[in-house]
Amino acid sequence: MGERHPGGFSTILAIGLNTFREAIRDRVLYLLLVFALIIIGVSRLLSLLTVGDEEKIIKDVGLSAIAIFGVMTAVFVGVSLVFKEIERRTVYTLLAQPVQRSEFLVGKFVGLFSVLLLNLLLMSGALFVLLAFRGESPWPLLPALLLIAVELAVVTAFALLFSSLTNPVLSSLWTFAVYVAGHLSWSLLMFREKLPEGAARWICDGLYWLLPNFKRLDLKAQVVHGLPLPDGYVAFAAIYGLGYGVVIVALACWAFSRKEFL
Amino acid sequence: MGWSWRNGSNRGSVVASDSRVALEISALHKSFSGHLGIGRRKAVEGLDLTIRCGEIFGLLGPNGAGKTTTIKMILGLLRPDAGEIRIFGLPHAGREARARIGYLPENPYFYEYLTAREFLDFYARLQGIPARDRRDLITRTLDRVGLSERADTALRKFSKGMTQRLGLAQAIQHEPDLVIFDEPMSGLDPLGRREVRDLILGLRDAGKTVFFSSHILQDAEMICDRVAILQSGTLRSVGGLKEMISNRVRWFEVTVRGDLPAGVDAGSPAGREDEHLLRVADVEALRELLDRLHRSGGQVLSVWPRRETLEDLFMERVGAAVPREDGHG
Repeated sequence: MGERHPGGFSTILAIGLNTFREAIRDRVLYLLLVFALIIIGVSRLLSLLTVGDEEKIIKDVGLSAIAIFGVMTAVFVGVSLVFKEIERRTVYTLLAQPVQRSEFLVGKFVGLFSVLLLNLLLMSGALFVLLAFRGESPWPLLPALLLIAVELAVVTAFALLFSSLTNPVLSSLWTFAVYVAGHLSWSLLMFREKLPEGAARWICDGLYWLLPNFKRLDLKAQVVHGLPLPDGYVAFAAIYGLGYGVVIVALACWAFSRKEFL
Repeated sequence: MGWSWRNGSNRGSVVASDSRVALEISALHKSFSGHLGIGRRKAVEGLDLTIRCGEIFGLLGPNGAGKTTTIKMILGLLRPDAGEIRIFGLPHAGREARARIGYLPENPYFYEYLTAREFLDFYARLQGIPARDRRDLITRTLDRVGLSERADTALRKFSKGMTQRLGLAQAIQHEPDLVIFDEPMSGLDPLGRREVRDLILGLRDAGKTVFFSSHILQDAEMICDRVAILQSGTLRSVGGLKEMISNRVRWFEVTVRGDLPAGVDAGSPAGREDEHLLRVADVEALRELLDRLHRSGGQVLSVWPRRETLEDLFMERVGAAVPREDGHG
Protein backbone atom coordinates (compact mmCIF):
# COMPACT_ATOMS: atom_id res chain seq x y z
CA MET A 1 0.00 0.00 0.00
CA GLY A 2 1.29 3.47 -0.87
CA GLU A 3 1.84 6.25 1.61
CA ARG A 4 -1.27 7.35 3.43
CA HIS A 5 -2.29 10.91 4.20
CA PRO A 6 -5.46 10.82 6.25
CA GLY A 7 -7.33 13.91 7.39
CA GLY A 8 -7.95 17.40 6.12
CA PHE A 9 -9.71 18.31 2.92
CA SER A 10 -9.88 14.75 1.51
CA THR A 11 -11.59 13.52 4.69
CA ILE A 12 -14.15 16.35 4.52
CA LEU A 13 -14.79 15.54 0.86
CA ALA A 14 -15.18 11.80 1.58
CA ILE A 15 -17.71 12.48 4.36
CA GLY A 16 -19.40 15.08 2.15
CA LEU A 17 -19.70 12.58 -0.70
CA ASN A 18 -21.15 9.96 1.64
CA THR A 19 -23.65 12.48 3.02
CA PHE A 20 -24.57 13.51 -0.53
CA ARG A 21 -25.17 9.84 -1.41
CA GLU A 22 -27.29 9.34 1.68
CA ALA A 23 -29.41 12.42 0.98
CA ILE A 24 -29.98 11.73 -2.71
CA ARG A 25 -31.04 8.18 -1.85
CA ASP A 26 -33.60 9.57 0.64
CA ARG A 27 -37.19 9.53 -0.60
CA VAL A 28 -38.11 12.64 1.40
CA LEU A 29 -35.85 14.67 -0.87
CA TYR A 30 -37.69 13.59 -4.01
CA LEU A 31 -41.05 14.14 -2.41
CA LEU A 32 -40.15 17.73 -1.58
CA LEU A 33 -38.49 18.32 -4.94
CA VAL A 34 -41.43 17.01 -6.94
CA PHE A 35 -43.83 19.05 -4.85
CA ALA A 36 -41.75 22.21 -5.43
CA LEU A 37 -41.60 21.56 -9.18
CA ILE A 38 -45.38 21.13 -9.24
CA ILE A 39 -45.86 24.45 -7.43
CA ILE A 40 -43.50 26.20 -9.90
CA GLY A 41 -45.44 24.54 -12.73
CA VAL A 42 -48.83 25.64 -11.48
CA SER A 43 -47.67 29.19 -10.76
CA ARG A 44 -48.78 29.84 -14.35
CA LEU A 45 -52.30 28.74 -13.38
CA LEU A 46 -52.20 30.94 -10.29
CA SER A 47 -51.27 33.88 -12.47
CA LEU A 48 -54.39 33.29 -14.55
CA LEU A 49 -56.59 33.36 -11.47
CA THR A 50 -55.08 36.51 -10.02
CA VAL A 51 -55.34 40.11 -11.01
CA GLY A 52 -51.93 41.55 -11.87
CA ASP A 53 -48.88 41.05 -13.97
CA GLU A 54 -48.69 37.35 -14.88
CA GLU A 55 -44.89 37.27 -15.14
CA LYS A 56 -44.47 38.88 -11.73
CA ILE A 57 -46.77 36.33 -10.13
CA ILE A 58 -44.91 33.45 -11.76
CA LYS A 59 -41.57 34.87 -10.54
CA ASP A 60 -42.88 35.56 -7.06
CA VAL A 61 -44.49 32.16 -6.58
CA GLY A 62 -41.51 30.39 -8.17
CA LEU A 63 -38.91 32.11 -5.98
CA SER A 64 -41.01 31.60 -2.84
CA ALA A 65 -41.43 27.89 -3.64
CA ILE A 66 -37.67 27.55 -4.22
CA ALA A 67 -36.88 29.25 -0.90
CA ILE A 68 -39.47 27.39 1.19
CA PHE A 69 -38.83 23.93 -0.24
CA GLY A 70 -35.10 24.49 0.04
CA VAL A 71 -35.49 25.29 3.73
CA MET A 72 -37.81 22.31 4.23
CA THR A 73 -35.23 20.01 2.65
CA ALA A 74 -32.47 21.50 4.80
CA VAL A 75 -34.55 20.88 7.91
CA PHE A 76 -36.05 17.45 7.18
CA VAL A 77 -32.99 15.90 5.59
CA GLY A 78 -30.43 17.94 7.56
CA VAL A 79 -31.49 17.38 11.14
CA SER A 80 -31.59 13.61 10.80
CA LEU A 81 -28.14 13.32 9.23
CA VAL A 82 -26.02 13.61 12.37
CA PHE A 83 -28.64 12.05 14.63
CA LYS A 84 -28.92 8.94 12.45
CA GLU A 85 -25.15 8.44 12.58
CA ILE A 86 -25.27 8.52 16.37
CA GLU A 87 -28.44 6.49 16.79
CA ARG A 88 -27.30 3.73 14.42
CA ARG A 89 -23.77 3.93 15.85
CA THR A 90 -22.16 4.33 12.45
CA VAL A 91 -20.38 7.30 13.99
CA TYR A 92 -18.41 4.91 16.24
CA THR A 93 -16.44 3.32 13.43
CA LEU A 94 -16.25 6.62 11.59
CA LEU A 95 -14.70 8.53 14.50
CA ALA A 96 -12.36 5.60 15.21
CA GLN A 97 -10.73 6.46 11.86
CA PRO A 98 -8.13 9.26 11.69
CA VAL A 99 -10.98 11.78 11.46
CA GLN A 100 -11.38 14.85 13.66
CA ARG A 101 -14.88 15.51 14.89
CA SER A 102 -14.85 18.94 13.24
CA GLU A 103 -13.98 17.28 9.89
CA PHE A 104 -16.94 14.98 10.34
CA LEU A 105 -19.32 17.87 10.93
CA VAL A 106 -17.93 20.09 8.17
CA GLY A 107 -18.13 17.06 5.83
CA LYS A 108 -21.79 16.65 6.76
CA PHE A 109 -22.33 20.35 6.02
CA VAL A 110 -20.59 20.12 2.65
CA GLY A 111 -22.62 17.04 1.66
CA LEU A 112 -25.97 18.45 2.67
CA PHE A 113 -25.29 21.87 1.18
CA SER A 114 -24.28 20.23 -2.12
CA VAL A 115 -27.64 18.45 -2.20
CA LEU A 116 -29.42 21.73 -1.48
CA LEU A 117 -27.50 23.48 -4.25
CA LEU A 118 -28.40 20.70 -6.68
CA ASN A 119 -32.02 21.05 -5.60
CA LEU A 120 -31.82 24.80 -6.06
CA LEU A 121 -30.37 24.36 -9.55
CA LEU A 122 -33.15 21.96 -10.57
CA MET A 123 -35.91 24.20 -9.21
CA SER A 124 -34.34 27.34 -10.72
CA GLY A 125 -33.96 25.49 -14.02
CA ALA A 126 -37.69 24.71 -14.01
CA LEU A 127 -38.55 28.35 -13.30
CA PHE A 128 -36.11 29.60 -15.96
CA VAL A 129 -37.66 27.27 -18.57
CA LEU A 130 -41.14 28.47 -17.65
CA LEU A 131 -40.10 32.10 -18.01
CA ALA A 132 -38.13 31.46 -21.21
CA PHE A 133 -41.25 29.94 -22.81
CA ARG A 134 -43.03 33.21 -22.12
CA GLY A 135 -40.22 35.18 -23.71
CA GLU A 136 -39.17 36.61 -20.37
CA SER A 137 -35.51 36.92 -19.36
CA PRO A 138 -34.87 34.88 -16.21
CA TRP A 139 -31.43 36.40 -15.46
CA PRO A 140 -32.63 39.29 -13.25
CA LEU A 141 -33.68 36.58 -10.75
CA LEU A 142 -30.06 35.51 -10.19
CA PRO A 143 -29.22 37.83 -7.23
CA ALA A 144 -32.30 36.57 -5.36
CA LEU A 145 -31.38 32.94 -6.08
CA LEU A 146 -27.81 33.52 -4.94
CA LEU A 147 -29.00 34.91 -1.61
CA ILE A 148 -31.49 32.04 -1.24
CA ALA A 149 -28.45 29.74 -1.48
CA VAL A 150 -26.73 31.78 1.25
CA GLU A 151 -29.86 31.57 3.39
CA LEU A 152 -29.91 27.79 2.92
CA ALA A 153 -26.27 27.64 4.07
CA VAL A 154 -27.22 29.42 7.31
CA VAL A 155 -30.27 27.18 7.85
CA THR A 156 -28.13 24.07 7.20
CA ALA A 157 -25.61 25.29 9.77
CA PHE A 158 -28.39 25.66 12.35
CA ALA A 159 -29.79 22.21 11.46
CA LEU A 160 -26.34 20.73 12.12
CA LEU A 161 -25.90 22.65 15.37
CA PHE A 162 -29.24 21.51 16.76
CA SER A 163 -28.88 17.94 15.55
CA SER A 164 -25.53 17.74 17.36
CA LEU A 165 -27.31 18.73 20.55
CA THR A 166 -30.73 17.10 20.49
CA ASN A 167 -33.13 14.71 18.74
CA PRO A 168 -34.56 15.23 15.23
CA VAL A 169 -38.00 16.45 16.37
CA LEU A 170 -36.57 19.17 18.61
CA SER A 171 -33.87 19.96 16.05
CA SER A 172 -36.52 20.51 13.36
CA LEU A 173 -38.58 22.72 15.66
CA TRP A 174 -35.56 24.79 16.71
CA THR A 175 -34.31 25.17 13.15
CA PHE A 176 -37.74 26.27 11.93
CA ALA A 177 -38.01 28.63 14.90
CA VAL A 178 -34.68 30.24 13.98
CA TYR A 179 -35.79 30.48 10.32
CA VAL A 180 -39.03 32.26 11.24
CA ALA A 181 -37.33 34.44 13.88
CA GLY A 182 -34.63 35.31 11.35
CA HIS A 183 -37.26 36.58 8.92
CA LEU A 184 -38.92 38.64 11.64
CA SER A 185 -35.81 39.87 13.44
CA TRP A 186 -36.04 43.27 11.67
CA SER A 187 -39.29 43.89 13.58
CA LEU A 188 -37.31 43.84 16.83
CA LEU A 189 -35.91 47.25 15.84
CA MET A 190 -39.44 48.65 15.57
CA PHE A 191 -40.42 46.95 18.80
CA ARG A 192 -37.45 48.41 20.72
CA GLU A 193 -38.64 51.96 19.95
CA LYS A 194 -41.79 51.23 21.94
CA LEU A 195 -39.85 49.97 24.95
CA PRO A 196 -38.65 52.15 27.85
CA GLU A 197 -34.90 52.80 28.17
CA GLY A 198 -33.05 50.07 30.06
CA ALA A 199 -32.81 46.30 30.22
CA ALA A 200 -35.74 45.58 27.90
CA ARG A 201 -34.09 47.58 25.11
CA TRP A 202 -30.75 45.90 25.68
CA ILE A 203 -32.40 42.49 25.42
CA CYS A 204 -34.15 43.59 22.25
CA ASP A 205 -30.86 44.87 20.79
CA GLY A 206 -29.07 41.68 21.87
CA LEU A 207 -31.66 39.48 20.18
CA TYR A 208 -31.55 41.58 17.03
CA TRP A 209 -27.78 41.17 16.72
CA LEU A 210 -27.82 37.52 17.78
CA LEU A 211 -30.52 36.25 15.43
CA PRO A 212 -29.78 35.90 11.74
CA ASN A 213 -31.33 38.68 9.68
CA PHE A 214 -32.85 36.73 6.79
CA LYS A 215 -34.65 39.87 5.60
CA ARG A 216 -31.26 41.05 4.29
CA LEU A 217 -31.02 37.90 2.21
CA ASP A 218 -34.53 38.22 0.77
CA LEU A 219 -34.44 39.96 -2.61
CA LYS A 220 -37.61 38.45 -4.02
CA ALA A 221 -39.61 41.70 -4.03
CA GLN A 222 -36.72 43.66 -5.56
CA VAL A 223 -36.07 41.27 -8.45
CA VAL A 224 -39.74 40.59 -9.17
CA HIS A 225 -40.60 44.29 -9.33
CA GLY A 226 -37.29 45.33 -10.84
CA LEU A 227 -36.42 47.69 -7.98
CA PRO A 228 -32.88 49.07 -7.87
CA LEU A 229 -30.39 47.66 -5.35
CA PRO A 230 -27.62 49.68 -3.64
CA ASP A 231 -24.14 49.07 -5.08
CA GLY A 232 -22.46 46.01 -3.62
CA TYR A 233 -25.60 44.97 -1.72
CA VAL A 234 -25.58 41.36 -2.91
CA ALA A 235 -21.88 40.91 -2.11
CA PHE A 236 -22.24 42.39 1.39
CA ALA A 237 -25.37 40.37 2.12
CA ALA A 238 -23.63 37.18 0.92
CA ILE A 239 -20.58 37.91 3.09
CA TYR A 240 -22.86 38.59 6.08
CA GLY A 241 -24.79 35.32 5.56
CA LEU A 242 -21.74 33.18 4.92
CA GLY A 243 -19.91 34.71 7.91
CA TYR A 244 -22.93 33.96 10.08
CA GLY A 245 -23.01 30.38 8.75
CA VAL A 246 -19.30 29.88 9.49
CA VAL A 247 -19.83 30.98 13.11
CA ILE A 248 -22.76 28.57 13.53
CA VAL A 249 -20.80 25.67 11.98
CA ALA A 250 -17.91 26.49 14.36
CA LEU A 251 -20.37 26.41 17.28
CA ALA A 252 -21.73 23.05 16.04
CA CYS A 253 -18.15 21.68 15.86
CA TRP A 254 -17.49 22.85 19.40
CA ALA A 255 -20.72 21.25 20.68
CA PHE A 256 -19.99 18.02 18.80
CA SER A 257 -16.39 17.86 20.05
CA ARG A 258 -17.69 17.77 23.64
CA LYS A 259 -20.20 15.03 22.93
CA GLU A 260 -19.82 11.63 24.61
CA PHE A 261 -21.07 8.55 22.80
CA LEU A 262 -22.64 6.37 25.47
CA MET B 1 -15.10 -20.44 2.84
CA GLY B 2 -12.26 -19.70 5.20
CA TRP B 3 -11.02 -16.29 6.10
CA SER B 4 -7.35 -15.79 5.94
CA TRP B 5 -5.05 -13.12 7.19
CA ARG B 6 -1.98 -15.23 7.67
CA ASN B 7 1.15 -13.79 6.27
CA GLY B 8 4.28 -15.71 7.12
CA SER B 9 6.63 -13.08 5.75
CA ASN B 10 5.84 -10.73 8.62
CA ARG B 11 6.39 -13.28 11.33
CA GLY B 12 9.97 -12.17 11.99
CA SER B 13 8.90 -8.66 12.87
CA VAL B 14 6.53 -10.04 15.51
CA VAL B 15 9.37 -11.54 17.45
CA ALA B 16 11.45 -8.40 17.07
CA SER B 17 8.60 -6.19 18.27
CA ASP B 18 7.55 -8.30 21.26
CA SER B 19 9.13 -5.94 23.73
CA ARG B 20 7.19 -2.97 22.41
CA VAL B 21 3.92 -1.78 23.89
CA ALA B 22 0.89 -1.42 21.61
CA LEU B 23 -1.59 -0.06 24.13
CA GLU B 24 -0.98 1.35 27.56
CA ILE B 25 -3.80 2.26 29.91
CA SER B 26 -2.94 3.77 33.26
CA ALA B 27 -5.13 4.73 36.20
CA LEU B 28 -8.20 5.03 34.00
CA HIS B 29 -11.42 6.21 35.64
CA LYS B 30 -14.85 6.81 34.21
CA SER B 31 -18.20 7.43 35.86
CA PHE B 32 -21.62 8.38 34.55
CA SER B 33 -24.36 10.38 36.17
CA GLY B 34 -26.98 8.21 37.85
CA HIS B 35 -30.70 8.00 37.24
CA LEU B 36 -32.30 11.46 36.84
CA GLY B 37 -28.82 12.93 37.19
CA ILE B 38 -28.58 11.96 40.86
CA GLY B 39 -25.25 10.58 42.04
CA ARG B 40 -22.50 8.98 39.94
CA ARG B 41 -22.20 5.41 38.74
CA LYS B 42 -18.63 4.21 38.47
CA ALA B 43 -18.04 2.35 35.19
CA VAL B 44 -14.25 1.98 35.23
CA GLU B 45 -12.11 2.43 38.32
CA GLY B 46 -8.34 2.75 38.28
CA LEU B 47 -7.75 0.45 35.31
CA ASP B 48 -4.12 -0.30 34.42
CA LEU B 49 -3.38 -2.46 31.38
CA THR B 50 -0.41 -2.94 29.10
CA ILE B 51 -0.92 -4.71 25.80
CA ARG B 52 2.27 -5.85 24.14
CA CYS B 53 2.85 -5.75 20.40
CA GLY B 54 1.94 -8.92 18.57
CA GLU B 55 -0.26 -10.50 21.23
CA ILE B 56 -3.92 -11.42 21.36
CA PHE B 57 -5.40 -9.88 24.47
CA GLY B 58 -8.88 -10.68 25.73
CA LEU B 59 -10.79 -8.31 27.98
CA LEU B 60 -13.31 -10.49 29.78
CA GLY B 61 -16.08 -9.78 32.22
CA PRO B 62 -19.79 -10.12 32.88
CA ASN B 63 -22.46 -7.63 31.73
CA GLY B 64 -21.77 -4.09 32.84
CA ALA B 65 -18.17 -4.87 33.81
CA GLY B 66 -16.90 -1.81 31.90
CA LYS B 67 -15.49 -3.55 28.81
CA THR B 68 -17.28 -1.45 26.18
CA THR B 69 -16.72 1.73 28.21
CA THR B 70 -12.98 0.97 28.24
CA ILE B 71 -12.94 0.40 24.47
CA LYS B 72 -14.89 3.60 23.85
CA MET B 73 -12.37 5.55 25.92
CA ILE B 74 -9.49 4.00 23.94
CA LEU B 75 -11.18 5.20 20.74
CA GLY B 76 -11.96 8.67 22.08
CA LEU B 77 -15.73 8.17 21.94
CA LEU B 78 -15.87 8.74 25.70
CA ARG B 79 -13.63 11.06 27.71
CA PRO B 80 -11.93 9.50 30.75
CA ASP B 81 -12.50 11.28 34.07
CA ALA B 82 -8.86 10.57 34.87
CA GLY B 83 -6.01 8.46 33.61
CA GLU B 84 -4.02 8.11 30.44
CA ILE B 85 -4.23 6.00 27.30
CA ARG B 86 -1.37 5.71 24.83
CA ILE B 87 -1.38 3.80 21.56
CA PHE B 88 2.14 2.89 20.38
CA GLY B 89 3.33 5.60 22.73
CA LEU B 90 1.14 8.23 21.06
CA PRO B 91 -1.80 10.15 22.59
CA HIS B 92 -4.81 7.92 21.90
CA ALA B 93 -7.12 10.59 20.49
CA GLY B 94 -4.61 11.89 17.96
CA ARG B 95 -4.83 11.27 14.24
CA GLU B 96 -1.49 9.44 14.15
CA ALA B 97 -2.59 6.91 16.75
CA ARG B 98 -5.97 6.34 15.14
CA ALA B 99 -4.40 5.76 11.74
CA ARG B 100 -2.79 2.70 13.32
CA ILE B 101 -5.92 1.09 14.74
CA GLY B 102 -8.84 -0.84 13.31
CA TYR B 103 -12.10 -1.15 15.20
CA LEU B 104 -15.22 -3.25 15.03
CA PRO B 105 -18.06 -2.36 17.40
CA GLU B 106 -20.47 -4.87 18.91
CA ASN B 107 -23.45 -5.63 16.64
CA PRO B 108 -22.24 -3.26 13.93
CA TYR B 109 -24.62 -1.42 11.64
CA PHE B 110 -23.47 0.36 8.53
CA TYR B 111 -24.86 2.71 5.89
CA GLU B 112 -27.61 0.66 4.27
CA TYR B 113 -27.74 2.89 1.19
CA LEU B 114 -24.17 1.97 0.21
CA THR B 115 -22.92 -1.16 -1.51
CA ALA B 116 -20.15 -3.20 0.13
CA ARG B 117 -17.60 -1.75 -2.31
CA GLU B 118 -18.77 1.85 -1.79
CA PHE B 119 -18.65 1.33 1.97
CA LEU B 120 -15.07 0.05 1.98
CA ASP B 121 -14.05 2.78 -0.45
CA PHE B 122 -15.44 5.40 1.95
CA TYR B 123 -13.42 4.01 4.85
CA ALA B 124 -10.30 3.64 2.71
CA ARG B 125 -10.64 7.33 1.79
CA LEU B 126 -10.89 8.23 5.47
CA GLN B 127 -7.65 6.31 6.01
CA GLY B 128 -6.03 8.48 3.35
CA ILE B 129 -5.36 5.53 1.02
CA PRO B 130 -4.61 6.90 -2.46
CA ALA B 131 -7.18 6.30 -5.23
CA ARG B 132 -4.72 4.18 -7.25
CA ASP B 133 -4.47 1.65 -4.40
CA ARG B 134 -8.08 1.59 -3.28
CA ARG B 135 -9.68 -0.55 -5.98
CA ASP B 136 -7.26 -3.47 -5.64
CA LEU B 137 -7.23 -3.20 -1.86
CA ILE B 138 -11.03 -3.38 -1.66
CA THR B 139 -11.21 -6.36 -4.03
CA ARG B 140 -8.59 -8.18 -1.93
CA THR B 141 -10.31 -7.33 1.35
CA LEU B 142 -13.73 -8.46 0.12
CA ASP B 143 -12.13 -11.70 -1.00
CA ARG B 144 -10.48 -12.19 2.40
CA VAL B 145 -13.79 -11.96 4.27
CA GLY B 146 -15.66 -14.01 1.67
CA LEU B 147 -17.83 -11.19 0.33
CA SER B 148 -16.48 -10.95 -3.24
CA GLU B 149 -19.79 -12.10 -4.68
CA ARG B 150 -21.63 -9.40 -2.74
CA ALA B 151 -19.34 -6.49 -3.65
CA ASP B 152 -22.10 -4.56 -5.39
CA THR B 153 -25.00 -5.54 -3.13
CA ALA B 154 -26.60 -2.78 -1.05
CA LEU B 155 -25.93 -3.25 2.66
CA ARG B 156 -29.65 -3.17 3.42
CA LYS B 157 -29.78 -6.66 1.90
CA PHE B 158 -26.97 -7.99 4.12
CA SER B 159 -27.62 -10.59 6.83
CA LYS B 160 -26.20 -10.12 10.32
CA GLY B 161 -23.31 -12.47 9.59
CA MET B 162 -22.46 -10.66 6.35
CA THR B 163 -22.60 -7.28 8.12
CA GLN B 164 -20.21 -8.65 10.74
CA ARG B 165 -17.80 -9.78 8.00
CA LEU B 166 -17.97 -6.38 6.35
CA GLY B 167 -17.34 -4.78 9.72
CA LEU B 168 -14.23 -6.92 10.09
CA ALA B 169 -13.22 -5.95 6.57
CA GLN B 170 -13.35 -2.21 7.35
CA ALA B 171 -11.43 -2.83 10.58
CA ILE B 172 -8.52 -4.57 8.87
CA GLN B 173 -8.38 -3.31 5.29
CA HIS B 174 -5.87 -0.53 6.03
CA GLU B 175 -3.64 -3.09 7.78
CA PRO B 176 -3.70 -1.50 11.22
CA ASP B 177 -1.07 -2.46 13.78
CA LEU B 178 -3.64 -2.69 16.57
CA VAL B 179 -7.07 -4.18 16.00
CA ILE B 180 -9.80 -3.60 18.58
CA PHE B 181 -12.91 -5.78 18.48
CA ASP B 182 -15.85 -5.34 20.83
CA GLU B 183 -17.57 -8.72 21.25
CA PRO B 184 -16.57 -9.94 17.77
CA MET B 185 -18.26 -13.33 18.21
CA SER B 186 -21.50 -11.98 19.60
CA GLY B 187 -24.54 -13.28 17.76
CA LEU B 188 -22.57 -15.46 15.34
CA ASP B 189 -23.24 -19.14 14.72
CA PRO B 190 -20.50 -21.69 15.61
CA LEU B 191 -19.07 -21.59 12.08
CA GLY B 192 -18.97 -17.79 12.08
CA ARG B 193 -17.25 -17.81 15.48
CA ARG B 194 -14.62 -20.20 14.24
CA GLU B 195 -13.99 -17.98 11.23
CA VAL B 196 -13.55 -14.95 13.49
CA ARG B 197 -11.15 -16.93 15.68
CA ASP B 198 -9.14 -17.95 12.61
CA LEU B 199 -9.09 -14.35 11.43
CA ILE B 200 -7.79 -13.13 14.79
CA LEU B 201 -5.08 -15.81 14.82
CA GLY B 202 -4.21 -14.84 11.25
CA LEU B 203 -3.87 -11.20 12.27
CA ARG B 204 -1.44 -12.16 15.01
CA ASP B 205 0.55 -14.26 12.54
CA ALA B 206 0.74 -11.19 10.31
CA GLY B 207 2.33 -9.28 13.19
CA LYS B 208 -0.76 -7.38 14.36
CA THR B 209 -1.87 -6.84 17.95
CA VAL B 210 -5.44 -7.83 18.73
CA PHE B 211 -7.39 -6.47 21.69
CA PHE B 212 -10.91 -7.77 22.06
CA SER B 213 -13.67 -7.94 24.61
CA SER B 214 -15.75 -11.05 25.00
CA HIS B 215 -18.12 -12.79 27.29
CA ILE B 216 -17.63 -16.11 25.47
CA LEU B 217 -14.89 -17.64 27.55
CA GLN B 218 -14.38 -20.74 25.41
CA ASP B 219 -13.46 -18.54 22.44
CA ALA B 220 -11.11 -16.41 24.50
CA GLU B 221 -9.45 -19.49 25.93
CA MET B 222 -8.79 -20.86 22.46
CA ILE B 223 -6.99 -17.85 21.06
CA CYS B 224 -5.79 -15.42 23.75
CA ASP B 225 -2.18 -15.05 24.77
CA ARG B 226 -3.21 -13.00 27.78
CA VAL B 227 -6.50 -12.02 29.35
CA ALA B 228 -7.79 -9.51 31.86
CA ILE B 229 -10.90 -10.13 33.92
CA LEU B 230 -12.91 -7.04 34.69
CA GLN B 231 -15.76 -6.81 37.14
CA SER B 232 -17.70 -3.69 38.13
CA GLY B 233 -15.08 -1.57 36.42
CA THR B 234 -12.23 -3.04 38.46
CA LEU B 235 -9.48 -5.30 37.23
CA ARG B 236 -9.77 -8.67 38.97
CA SER B 237 -7.03 -10.56 37.23
CA VAL B 238 -4.56 -10.14 34.38
CA GLY B 239 -1.92 -12.37 32.94
CA GLY B 240 -0.89 -15.04 30.49
CA LEU B 241 -3.48 -17.73 29.98
CA LYS B 242 -0.88 -20.45 30.43
CA GLU B 243 0.19 -19.10 33.82
CA MET B 244 -3.33 -18.34 34.98
CA ILE B 245 -4.84 -21.69 34.17
CA SER B 246 -2.93 -24.70 35.42
CA ASN B 247 -3.25 -27.81 33.36
CA ARG B 248 -4.15 -29.91 36.41
CA VAL B 249 -7.06 -32.31 36.28
CA ARG B 250 -9.84 -31.18 38.61
CA TRP B 251 -11.77 -34.45 38.38
CA PHE B 252 -12.58 -37.32 35.99
CA GLU B 253 -15.92 -38.00 34.41
CA VAL B 254 -16.49 -41.71 33.72
CA THR B 255 -19.38 -43.03 31.63
CA VAL B 256 -20.33 -46.59 32.54
CA ARG B 257 -22.84 -49.08 31.06
CA GLY B 258 -24.34 -51.93 33.06
CA ASP B 259 -24.65 -52.71 36.77
CA LEU B 260 -22.47 -50.78 39.14
CA PRO B 261 -20.46 -52.57 41.86
CA ALA B 262 -21.89 -52.31 45.35
CA GLY B 263 -20.98 -49.14 47.19
CA VAL B 264 -20.44 -47.03 44.05
CA ASP B 265 -22.68 -43.99 43.86
CA ALA B 266 -24.99 -44.30 40.82
CA GLY B 267 -24.06 -40.78 39.67
CA SER B 268 -26.29 -39.12 37.12
CA PRO B 269 -28.02 -40.79 34.16
CA ALA B 270 -26.00 -40.56 30.93
CA GLY B 271 -28.11 -40.94 27.83
CA ARG B 272 -29.53 -44.49 27.94
CA GLU B 273 -31.27 -45.95 30.96
CA ASP B 274 -28.43 -48.38 31.79
CA GLU B 275 -25.67 -45.75 31.44
CA HIS B 276 -24.27 -43.71 34.33
CA LEU B 277 -22.04 -40.66 34.52
CA LEU B 278 -19.71 -40.93 37.52
CA ARG B 279 -17.50 -38.20 38.93
CA VAL B 280 -14.15 -39.32 40.35
CA ALA B 281 -11.91 -37.03 42.37
CA ASP B 282 -8.40 -38.19 41.41
CA VAL B 283 -6.23 -40.81 39.67
CA GLU B 284 -6.20 -43.16 42.71
CA ALA B 285 -9.98 -43.17 42.94
CA LEU B 286 -10.19 -43.65 39.17
CA ARG B 287 -7.89 -46.69 39.29
CA GLU B 288 -9.93 -48.20 42.11
CA LEU B 289 -13.21 -47.61 40.24
CA LEU B 290 -11.88 -49.15 37.03
CA ASP B 291 -10.68 -52.23 38.96
CA ARG B 292 -14.05 -52.73 40.59
CA LEU B 293 -15.88 -52.21 37.30
CA HIS B 294 -13.58 -54.77 35.67
CA ARG B 295 -14.44 -57.31 38.37
CA SER B 296 -18.18 -56.62 38.31
CA GLY B 297 -18.38 -56.79 34.51
CA GLY B 298 -19.38 -53.15 34.05
CA GLN B 299 -18.50 -51.61 30.73
CA VAL B 300 -16.49 -48.34 30.69
CA LEU B 301 -17.60 -46.19 27.77
CA SER B 302 -15.45 -43.12 28.37
CA VAL B 303 -13.07 -41.46 30.82
CA TRP B 304 -12.78 -37.69 30.51
CA PRO B 305 -10.26 -35.71 32.56
CA ARG B 306 -11.88 -32.39 33.44
CA ARG B 307 -9.04 -29.86 33.43
CA GLU B 308 -9.10 -26.33 34.83
CA THR B 309 -10.59 -23.86 32.37
CA LEU B 310 -10.87 -20.14 32.03
CA GLU B 311 -14.45 -20.54 33.17
CA ASP B 312 -13.25 -21.93 36.52
CA LEU B 313 -10.86 -19.04 36.91
CA PHE B 314 -13.59 -16.61 35.93
CA MET B 315 -15.99 -18.12 38.49
CA GLU B 316 -13.31 -17.89 41.14
CA ARG B 317 -12.40 -14.26 40.43
CA VAL B 318 -15.78 -12.85 39.57
CA GLY B 319 -17.82 -15.09 41.81
CA ALA B 320 -20.85 -14.69 39.59
CA ALA B 321 -22.77 -16.84 37.20
CA VAL B 322 -20.69 -17.22 34.09
CA PRO B 323 -22.43 -15.77 31.07
CA ARG B 324 -23.11 -18.34 28.39
CA GLU B 325 -22.90 -17.90 24.64
CA ASP B 326 -26.39 -16.50 24.40
CA GLY B 327 -25.55 -13.88 26.98
CA HIS B 328 -24.32 -10.39 26.44
CA GLY B 329 -21.06 -8.79 27.57
